Amino acid sequence: MTRDRDAKGARYAGARVSRVEDVRLLTGGGTFVDDVALPGLLHACFVRSPVARAAIRGVDVSAALGLPGVRFVFTAADLNPGVREQWHTSVGPKSPETPRPPLAEGEVRFVGDPVALVIAESRYVAEDACELIEVDYEALPAVIDYTTAEHSPALVHESHGSNLIGEVAGLTAAALGGDFAAAAHVAGETIYQQAYAPVPMEARGIVVDYSPAGDLTIYAATQAPHEVRLFCARLLGIDEERVRVVVRDTGGGFGQKVMVQRDEMCLMLAAPKVGAPIKWIEDRRENLLAAGKSRHEHGAVKMAFDAQGRIQAAYIDFVADCGAYPTPWPVFPAVAVGALFPGPYRVPRAGFRVRTVYTNTVGRMPYRGPWQFESLAREVLLDIAARQMEIDPVELRRRNLLRRDELPYANANGMTYDNVSPSETFEQALRMLDYEAFRAEQAAARRAGRFLGVGVSNYVEPSTPGHGYYKREAARMRIEPSGRVSVFVTGGSSGNSIETTVVQLAADAIGARIEDVDTIQGDTALAGFGAGAAGSRSASMTAGAVGEAAGLLRARVVAVAAHHLGVASDDVELADSRAFARAVPSRSVSLRDIAAIAAAGELPDGVESELEASAEYKAKTHSIWVNATHVCTCEVDIVTGSVRLLRYIVSEDCGPMINPNVVEGQIAGGTVQGIGGVLFEHLAYDDAGNPLATTFMDYLLPTAAEVPPIEFGHIETPSPGPGGYKGVGEGGAIGAPPAVVNAVADALSPFGVKITRLPLTPAAIVALLEGSETGRR
Amino acid sequence: MTDVAVRLTVNGEIRTATVEPRLTLADFLREYCRLTGTHLGCEHGVCGACTVLVDGAAVRSCLVFAVQVDGSEITTIEGIAPPGGGLSAVQAAFRDCHALQCGFCTPGFVVSVTAFLRDHPDPSDEEIRAALSGNLCRCTGYQSIVEAVRRAAAVARGEE
Repeated sequence: MTRDRDAKGARYAGARVSRVEDVRLLTGGGTFVDDVALPGLLHACFVRSPVARAAIRGVDVSAALGLPGVRFVFTAADLNPGVREQWHTSVGPKSPETPRPPLAEGEVRFVGDPVALVIAESRYVAEDACELIEVDYEALPAVIDYTTAEHSPALVHESHGSNLIGEVAGLTAAALGGDFAAAAHVAGETIYQQAYAPVPMEARGIVVDYSPAGDLTIYAATQAPHEVRLFCARLLGIDEERVRVVVRDTGGGFGQKVMVQRDEMCLMLAAPKVGAPIKWIEDRRENLLAAGKSRHEHGAVKMAFDAQGRIQAAYIDFVADCGAYPTPWPVFPAVAVGALFPGPYRVPRAGFRVRTVYTNTVGRMPYRGPWQFESLAREVLLDIAARQMEIDPVELRRRNLLRRDELPYANANGMTYDNVSPSETFEQALRMLDYEAFRAEQAAARRAGRFLGVGVSNYVEPSTPGHGYYKREAARMRIEPSGRVSVFVTGGSSGNSIETTVVQLAADAIGARIEDVDTIQGDTALAGFGAGAAGSRSASMTAGAVGEAAGLLRARVVAVAAHHLGVASDDVELADSRAFARAVPSRSVSLRDIAAIAAAGELPDGVESELEASAEYKAKTHSIWVNATHVCTCEVDIVTGSVRLLRYIVSEDCGPMINPNVVEGQIAGGTVQGIGGVLFEHLAYDDAGNPLATTFMDYLLPTAAEVPPIEFGHIETPSPGPGGYKGVGEGGAIGAPPAVVNAVADALSPFGVKITRLPLTPAAIVALLEGSETGRR
Repeated sequence: MTDVAVRLTVNGEIRTATVEPRLTLADFLREYCRLTGTHLGCEHGVCGACTVLVDGAAVRSCLVFAVQVDGSEITTIEGIAPPGGGLSAVQAAFRDCHALQCGFCTPGFVVSVTAFLRDHPDPSDEEIRAALSGNLCRCTGYQSIVEAVRRAAAVARGEE
C-alpha cells in the first residue's frame, strides 16, 4: 500500500485482505465460551424430558443431591419465581409471546424440555447426577403433526386456548378469484419443507459469574452481546450496569445464537443462588434436541399466467410448525414469507395467508433467511408451471423478471424493491454456465441413459433492518500513545469476519496502515450499543458506525497535525498512519507523534487533546435490498436415487464488496447449508414426538465429499446505505434450496415426477421414480 | 473405579496426572493441560473438531480415554506451528485461502490435514475431498479448505 493513493478513497475496502482473526484461530488460541476458566467454576447439566407431553407429578432430587461433588439441584420452583421481566430488546415488551418458563413447570411440552438443573464440580459428576433424578411423568396426548395441529383437541399451551398462534392475511384467495379464473394458465401445488436447523459447530453455551457485590459477568456463545446483557438485567430485575457480557469467539450462529433461550435464562437465574461461577456447555445431543428447529412448513401456492407466460397473480397459503416454545413470536417472520412471495418478478396482483401453529416439538428459532420458504415455493412452482406450459424455465423467468428501468418497484404486497439487479444476475449466471451448451450436454447424456438437470432460482431479500433495536450501531475509536488505532464495536463475531471488516473500514477512514489498527469487540463494558450479527446487517451498520466515529476522530487528528505542521486543517491529508501537508508531502508527522503532541497538551484553543471519539450510526432506510441468482446442475442416479451436484453458480449483487474473500465465504457457506437442507438434513420426529436425529450419525451435514465448487459472479449496484454496501450473510441459504430442487426435478423430467416434498434423500427419489408413470413402466 | 496415573508427552512436554478412567483424552487436554484449542463439536466421533495426533496418527480425542494413550506422544493444534513461532504450511494455507470463518472446526481440520499431507504429499482433488470428509465445517462450504490443502501440498513440494 502506498501513500500516493488518496486516503479518502477506499484503499483496503475492496481488497482480499487476510483476516485478523485467523492467527489465533489457527493456532488454538481462540477463546470460545467453553475455553473460559475461572477459579471455583462449577458445571451445569440439565435433566430433559424424554416424552413429548406429560404432566410432571413430582421430581425427586434427593439421590442426586447425595452424590459427592453435586452442589445444587434446581427445579422450576427454585428458579422460575426469580423471573422479573422476560423480553428481547429486538422484539420489545409489547409483543405477544409464548409463556417461557425457564424450567418446565407442571408440564413438559417437547422431548428435550428442561426439567431440572444440576450444578456440580465437574460436567462428569453433573451428568451422573442427572441420571439419579427421578421425574414422575404422567403422559398427556401430544400434538405432533403440525398440519392438523390447528384442529387438534389437545392443546400445547392451555393458556393460549388454541394451537393456532397467529394468522395474518393479505389479499385473500377469494379476492384473487377473478384473476385466476381469467388466466390462460394456472399452476398450483402444495410444497413441503422438512425441519432442519442452523447446527453451528459450536453448540450453545454460557458462563455466568455472579460476584458477592451483585455484579454479573457473562461469557456467552452469542451473536448479540448487548441483547444478552439487557435481557439478563430485565430477567433478574437488576440495573443494566450490573451486567457485563464478554464474547470473544463464537463458533458459528446462523441465527441460533441471536436470542436468549430458556436454558440460558436458567443459568442467569441460578448464578446468584450458587455463589460461584457456573458454566453450561450444550452437547450435540442437546443441541439437536433443544436448541430449536427451523423451516418445517408448507405452502399451498398458485400462480396465474397469461397466454405468453406472463404472471398475472400469485397466492400463498402458508403454515409453519413453531414447536412448543418458538423464539421469538413467530407470526411476523411468517408474514415475510407471504409478503416476499412475488419475489423479483413483475406480479401485478398477489395475496397471502400465513398461519403459525404450536406442536409438542422443539421450538422454532431464527435461521439464516428465516423467510426463505417464499423463494423455495415460488421458484419450484415456476419450474412446474414452465413444464406445464412447455416453456423453458429460463425463458419463463426472463419474461417476468424485473428490469432495472422498472425500479423502484412496489410488489403487490407493498414491499418496495430498489437498487437491485435481478435481470443482470440472472443473465450473468446463465452466461457463466453456458445454458444452451448445458442443454445440449443434457440431451446427449439422456440418449446415453444418464440424467442431468439444471435448476435456477432468483430471489430478492431485505437486509440490514433499519427499525427499532436494529436501527442503531455504535463505534468508538482512539489513537493510542503508540500511534496505533483502536476501534471498539459490539461485533458479534461468529464466523462473519467482522473484526477484519472493521479493521479494513477503520484503516481507510482514518488513513492508517491496516497493520496499525486493532479492534476490540464483544465486550459490553467497552463498546456502545449495537445489535450484533443478525439480519445481514453487520457490513452496512458497522460501516456507518465506523464512518461516523472516524469522522469525528479524524477532525481531531487533523487539527493537531495542522497545528504541528503549520498549515491549515484543509491542507492536511491522512494516509499510511501519517498526516501530510498536502502542498509539501515531505512534511509529515506520524500518528504516534500526533498522539505525543496531543498528550503534551500545549495546543491552541479549539484544538482538542483527546484523540478519541464515539458515535452512533442510525440506519436511514427501512431495509437494504439484495438479490442473487443461483444456477445448479446435477446428475441423478435413477437406480440408487443419489444426486451428484456438477456445477454451482451464484451471481449476487451485494453492492461494492468490502472484502471479496469474506463475501464469497458467506455465499459459499450459506449455499452449502441450503444444499444440505435439500439433500441431507432432517430434524425428524416420529409420530409420538420422539426426535429421530440426535447425533451426527442421523442428522447428516454435507461434507467436502458431497459439495461442488461454487463459482461466483458479482454485479455491483450500490445501496443507499454507507459505502453502498449491502448485507450478504443470509442469501446463500435462501437461493440454494430451490436451485437444487429444480435441478433434480429437471433431471427427472423424462419420468414425469413432480417434487413437492423435501428432503430429497436417495430413498425419496427412488420412491418418486417408482411412483411415476414412466418409472412403473 | 480408582483413579489411574497417566504420563503423556503433549507437544513435547511431559504431562502426568492421576485421572478417572472415564476421562476422555479431549477433556484431559482441555481441562488438565489447559490446551483449549482442541474443540468438542459432537462428542461422538463424527465431526472431527477434536482431532489430535497420537503417535503421529490423527485420532478423535473425544473417543479415546486418557488412560488408553498412557505413554503416547500427543500433538494438538497448539503444537502444530513450527518452534519459534509463525504458522505451519497448512496453517498458512488456511489463512491465505480464507479456509476458516468461525474457526471452531479449524483445529481439527488443520491437524487432520497435517497428517494427511504427510502421508499423501501429492493428492488429487478427489483424495483431498475424501480425506476431508471426516471433518465437518458449517461456515465455509469446504471449497476454500480444499484449496488450502492443495496449496499446502504445493508449498510442501516446493512448487509455490
